[in-house]
Formats: sequence, C-alpha cells, structure tokens
Amino acid sequence: MSLRSSSGNPVTGKPVGGTADRRLVPRRRKNFLGPQPLGLLFSAPYVIYILAVLAFPLGYAVYISFHDFFFTAPRVTVDRPFVGFDNYITVLSDPAVQRSFLNIGVFLIINVPLTVGLSLLLANALNRVTRLKTFFRLSYYVPYVTASVAVVGVWLFLFQGNGLINTLLGPLAPSPSWLVNSWLAMPTVALYVTWKQLGFFILLYLAALQNIPDELYESAAVDGGNKWVQFWNITVPGVRPASVLVTLLATITGANLFTEPYLLTGGGGPDGASASPVFIMYQRGILQGNPDVAAALGVVLVIGVLLIALIQKRLVGGKED
Amino acid sequence: MSVTNAQNAKNDDDASRLPEQAEPVLRSDSGVEKRRNLGVGSFFLLGGGAFVFLFPFYYMLIGSLQASPDTSIFGAFPNPANITGANYVQINESINLFRGLLNSGIFTGGVILFTVIFGLLVGYALAQMKFRGRGVVFGMMLLVQMIPFQLLLIPLYVMIVRDYGLADSYLGMILPFAINSTAVFVFRQYFLQLPSTLFEAARIDGASELRILWQIAIPLVRPAIVTAVLLTFIGPWNEFLWPFLVTKEQSLQPLAVSLANFISNIAGQAGNPFGAILAGACVLAAPAVALFIFFQRQFISTNIGSSVKG
Repeated sequence: MSLRSSSGNPVTGKPVGGTADRRLVPRRRKNFLGPQPLGLLFSAPYVIYILAVLAFPLGYAVYISFHDFFFTAPRVTVDRPFVGFDNYITVLSDPAVQRSFLNIGVFLIINVPLTVGLSLLLANALNRVTRLKTFFRLSYYVPYVTASVAVVGVWLFLFQGNGLINTLLGPLAPSPSWLVNSWLAMPTVALYVTWKQLGFFILLYLAALQNIPDELYESAAVDGGNKWVQFWNITVPGVRPASVLVTLLATITGANLFTEPYLLTGGGGPDGASASPVFIMYQRGILQGNPDVAAALGVVLVIGVLLIALIQKRLVGGKED
Repeated sequence: MSVTNAQNAKNDDDASRLPEQAEPVLRSDSGVEKRRNLGVGSFFLLGGGAFVFLFPFYYMLIGSLQASPDTSIFGAFPNPANITGANYVQINESINLFRGLLNSGIFTGGVILFTVIFGLLVGYALAQMKFRGRGVVFGMMLLVQMIPFQLLLIPLYVMIVRDYGLADSYLGMILPFAINSTAVFVFRQYFLQLPSTLFEAARIDGASELRILWQIAIPLVRPAIVTAVLLTFIGPWNEFLWPFLVTKEQSLQPLAVSLANFISNIAGQAGNPFGAILAGACVLAAPAVALFIFFQRQFISTNIGSSVKG
C-alpha cells in the first residue's frame, strides 16, 4: 500500500494530473479513491463513530417520538405502534412543560444579553491590557474550566437564606431567599450560568478582536474619534460574526440547562419555577418511564432552538452574512 | 472543489495564526499605543471582574476549612480558631473521594485517549491526504458540532443503558463523548500548517502513511495534542448529566456525580453540610484548576477561535 501511494504521488502532486498515467488497472482504481486512499481508512473510525453514536440516535429520537415506546428488558421484542403526534400533543399540553419553556425564556432573556455584553466588554479590555495579562486571563477561565457541581456548592453557600450575599445586602435581602423564591430562582440560575460560562465567550471574542486591523483604530484616532466612538463603530461591527456565534452558543447552553437548576434549586424548585425542559425530559422520560414523551419534548426543544437561532442571526447578523 | 477549499482554509488559518506567533514583536510595537488606550476605567473593570470570578473559589476554600459555617463578613477571612480539616474527613466518609477521583480519571482518560488517537488519524487525513470523500468527512465534522445533546439524550439512554446493558460501566460513560469533533478540528488546523511538500518527500522515499503520521507529523504538532487534551478534558471531567444517568452504583460514579448526589440527598444529615460540600468541591475543582494554571499558555484564544470558527 505504501509503495503504491509513494509511486503515485509525484504525478498527482499537481491537481487532477492523475489521468496522465494509463499503465495499470489497479492504478486507475486507486486514482478513483484519490492519491492517498488510505485517508479513507484513517477517517473510518471517526465516520463509523459519528454514524453509530450520533446520526443513528438522531433518527431514533424522531422514531421514538412518533411511537408508543416504553422501556423493556434487553432483547425483548414488543409491539410499538405508531401513534402519530400523540406524544407531541401530550407534551405541549402539559403545564409543567409549558412552565419549563417559560423558564428557559426567562433564562435566555437574562443570560444572552448579559453574556454578549460582558464578554465583549471584558475581552476588549483584556485585549488592550499589558500588565497582569496572564492573571486576568486565568481568573476568567477558572470558572469555565471548573466542574459545575463544584462551584454550585459555593453558590449554594453564598446565596442561602443567611448566606454572605444576604448578610451584605442586610435589609435589602429578598424575603424568600434567592433560590427558593419563585421570582428569583430562575434569574439566579441564569446569573450563575453567565458567570460560569463567561470565560469561554471571552476567549471567543479575544480571537475575533485579533482579526480587527490596528489601522482602523489608528485612522479613527486621527479623525478624532474617542474610545467609545471607536468601540461602537469599529469593535462592535468588527466582531459581528463572533457575536452571532456567541448568541447561538449561549442559546444552546440555555436549552441544554440541567445540572444547574437540578442542584441549585433541588430539582426545579420552588414549584417548578426553575425546571428546565431537559429536567422535564429526565423526569418524564427516565424517572417516570415515558421515553416517547421525552423524545417528543427533545424534538420540540430543538426546533425551538433552531427558530430562535434564525431570529438571532437576523437580528445580530445583519445582512452582511 | 475540495482542493480550493483546503487552500482557502490554509490561507485563512495562516492569517489567524500569525498574531500568536508574532506576539512578542507586536506587543512591544504597539504596546505604547495600547497602554494609552487602556483607561483607568478598563483596568478597574478587569480588576472588579477578576474579583467576581475568583472570590467564590477563595470562599470555597475558606468555607471548606471552617469548623462551623460563618456567613458573616468576617467569615470571608481566615480565622485560626475556626479552621479544621474535619470537613474533608467527613465528606470522605460519605463518598469515597479517592474512588470518585479515580472514576473521574478513568472516564476522562478514556475520552481523551479515543479523541487523541482517532482525532489525529482523521485530522491528518483531512489536512494532508487527498482521497475521495474527504469533503464529505469534513462536512460531517462541521454538522456534528451542531447536533444538540437533548435530542440524543433519550435514544442514547435507550441504546446504551437498556439495549446494550452498559449501565454502570466505564464504556457506557465514555461512549457518547468518545470522539470530540472540536479536538479533531484543532488537529486538522495544525496539520494544515505543515507544508505538504514535507509529506510528499516522505512518500517519495517510500514511507507508509502511518509512519509519516507517527514519525513526522505528530512530533511537529505536539502543541496541538496538549491543546486537544485540555479542550477534551473539560468536558468529561465536568460532565454531570450523562454519568449521572448511566451510573447507579456508587463505586463507579465519577466524583462530580457522587458529590451531586451528596448535595441533593445526604447533605442534610451531615453535621456541617456546607463544610462537607465545599470540601468535596475543592477536591473536584483542584485538578482542573491546577491543570489550566500549569498549561495556560496552551489554552489561548487563537486555538479556541480556530476550533469553533468552522
């Protein structure tokens, strides 16, 4: 195999030069697969993995959502009749599900603008700072690289009824405390996730900021534009593709929300005020044994995310994209 | 088509890599300019931000050492009279910390091993080998990054836990994360930067592709391996939902899962629940934080940027 590819290569070093040699049949077959057909073999584990662990389950999810599906012992064949949109109707008429979508709406309204604004501001400052650069960068990564379960512990400690935050706030402290208050539970979760994920988004913006040429700032400075003018007229439009990505990724993070409300508010409390759709999927699908309903919820959720992503791209992306 | 694509990607990549390589020069060149642009306000913004980001970690450590929880403002400062290691002993009695760390390590190590081996193979193939279907593989890689996990949650649970009986096994934990497409992307980006003439020369000399990959390509992209390991590490080490669904047996649970179970079930019965939780949290957080402080040079914006740019 190796000899073949080595002898074939000088010819095909120039693109599409392969037809020039007409000596052997195997050679032609090899050219059909390209100059280095071994590449297929190298890619095979990855491709097989994607098909088996990602593509197939994707189709399976849709299949489950349209059938009367329940858990059985392994290798037991049972009849799983097609039920059309029954599972979808069950899901969409469930008040707990409606509540969870409302919750995620609250989450996104707080999390996405906060994430975009803060990460752009901090990345912009970080891009210009020369002193303590490493220290600042590290301090922003630390929450992102740390397990949510670990930092949830300290947030519980900080935000409990008689925690440090309420001690500092004194009489201003909310009466049912943050995480057990049905108005504040979801905003507190949103704040937590913003804090936790910000470092990653700062990194994205830092990468984007490096693609803005310095000359733009210099010419703006010559024309007398101050820092704010430069920020609004050069930085913000310059990182627009990154902003599209950040809003999209923040939305996806929100739609995947599970760990934080599960641990911070004891599983979606108080009274489902912080239950996320994925939490409902876990509850209905795995705890209560209705995977078909949970799969339908997953499909609805993903369609919702796609719609929001489209709207965001229109709003943030402008017409340039 | 695929040739021009690769060419474009290569140019694009070269451009995005430049700032990083030329960093020292650029800094000293425009340093004066930049320092002038950075007002006191920005510095305070960064400082305040750093405080908000780091304080919970400091407080985690302090809280984990307190004999009785002190939530007054003085509790934020170390008080020799109130310091104890008892919380660590207590959490270790409820959940075996060493066992949890070991499970986390096996889970994370398995994911990293699969990602690096298969990622290097496919990354090299995509960057430096011309074969039929390369465009399809590349397109697949981009699509994969958009597949939402919520859709896969139920079918993967049905398949892995119910059909294949992989509940309470390391393989069951590892499988959904085994190949990280972001890491594949990082490998491809690094391999693209190597001149293709290098590989053509080796091929003319009769080296097999596997040998070229092992002896020429991999030694040249060692930083990429570090980056990929770091990027991959965060996922499984911090993952909660999937191992939580897969493992019911405590002796197999990663530390994140057993600590979470402690928080939601057992903590109420402990003498100093917050102390115990925070002690466990410190143990869970320490390896990741240490790793990133040690390798922070490899964890830079250009890598992240290029890996998600698509």
